Amino acid sequence: MNPRITAAVALRVLTQLRRDHRTLAMLVVLPCALLALLWWMFQGAGFGPGFEALGPPLLALIPFIVMFLVTSVTTLRERTSGTLERLLAMPMGKGDFLLGYALAFGLMAAIQSVFAVAVSVWLLGMDVAGPVWALLVVAVLDAVLGTALGLFVSAFAQTEFQAVQFMPALVIPQILLCGLFIARDAMPAVLHGISNVLPLSYAVDAMQQVASSVETGPAWADLAVVVAWIAVCLGLGAATLRRRSA
Amino acid sequence: MMNNSVEVAGLVVERGGTRILHGLDFVVPQGEVTGLLGPSGCGKTTLMRSVVGVQQIASGSVTVLSRPAGSRPLRDRVGYVTQAASVYDDLTVTENLTFFARVLGAPAARVEECRSLVGLDDHRQQVVRRLSGGERSRVSLAVALLANPPVLVLDEPTVGLDPVLRRDLWQTFHRLAADGAAVLVSSHVMDEASRCDRLLLMREGRLIADDTPDRLLVRTGAADIEGAFLAIVAGDRGPAAAEVRP
Repeated sequence: MNPRITAAVALRVLTQLRRDHRTLAMLVVLPCALLALLWWMFQGAGFGPGFEALGPPLLALIPFIVMFLVTSVTTLRERTSGTLERLLAMPMGKGDFLLGYALAFGLMAAIQSVFAVAVSVWLLGMDVAGPVWALLVVAVLDAVLGTALGLFVSAFAQTEFQAVQFMPALVIPQILLCGLFIARDAMPAVLHGISNVLPLSYAVDAMQQVASSVETGPAWADLAVVVAWIAVCLGLGAATLRRRSA
Repeated sequence: MMNNSVEVAGLVVERGGTRILHGLDFVVPQGEVTGLLGPSGCGKTTLMRSVVGVQQIASGSVTVLSRPAGSRPLRDRVGYVTQAASVYDDLTVTENLTFFARVLGAPAARVEECRSLVGLDDHRQQVVRRLSGGERSRVSLAVALLANPPVLVLDEPTVGLDPVLRRDLWQTFHRLAADGAAVLVSSHVMDEASRCDRLLLMREGRLIADDTPDRLLVRTGAADIEGAFLAIVAGDRGPAAAEVRP
């Protein structure tokens, strides 16, 4: 690995994103709009606490989902256009490639989360017991988790249609099992066991912990699991980057 | 003594149980433009990928600059242009070149030099998506030239180009060869053969001739390389004869 090459990849991905104005606007505006929709729905129904309960998990889910989709499609494009093969025939470490992407999308997620958190906390009045910056840290790591998972699964898609299908295959089950619908310990033992392994469970737990308690220790423990999953996904992603193909 | 930059012996490539290359032996000497000619689908691209080291091979050896093809020290010493332009559609010409120059560790001045070399100075700030097919493949060619590689592998770099530009590019290839590079250029257009110092004629995964254009014409008594190709194929008594070297 080489910092010059990692930085070159990150800069290049950011330049590509900068040129795509519509994607940029959607990255920033959509999460805010969705949170406002959630708030409006509960307020209008006279059930304010609903927003307090579901807002934080949504802050964790959105960057994860968005970065998962964006990354898997971008990486797939890189594989099919031949640029990935070209890069791997150059002095490009696999780690440079993966980390460059993770850095670029992590930065995008930070920008996205600044807006989403600001809107939630200051405009929609979400109660956050812990420090607001901790929300941001959790959101950025969730986004990097989405990026790492997207990098990995893009290896198993031959077309963009397939890449998008990995969202219902890999992301929706995690949303169902992350404790958003039923508390995780109330689930059947098998599902509880599975949810104990899935990274999104920890991402959502961390966000809820920061939002509901001044005690941030458990949130960091949850985040440690998320970080471990990021490392696993990047490692698996590196294994799918082949310098030689059939 | 002739200095061979690329030496290939007994190269066999199989894909999905089908044999694509049937035990090829050839060299690419330094300081010459070697043309690889044959109909599309005959295995030219597979052969070139093997030289670059991105192709899984079944048996045989491919040695580039005295090292196994694709080995780490070769990664900035072999310039490779794929048939489809392997560049980023959503970046400008200059942004593409700057990115690849950073990856290769090539000096920034090379970006302008290579852009001029392929005649794209008028398009420096243009997004690659808006360029014509020929212009895009020239961006791809410029990327391959960035690191001043001593070995150039060019897969149909002149397809679809304006005749004037095609002549200019062939002059560029010869200039690079005169400066000491080994240049391997493929084409399915037989009339490009006369522009090469040496020719490898290929058909159905086998090399059927390895000679200078002039000697090929004399040997077969044909008026042009297409005629020579036909004469050689007609002279074969089945697949085994195809492996008899001139």
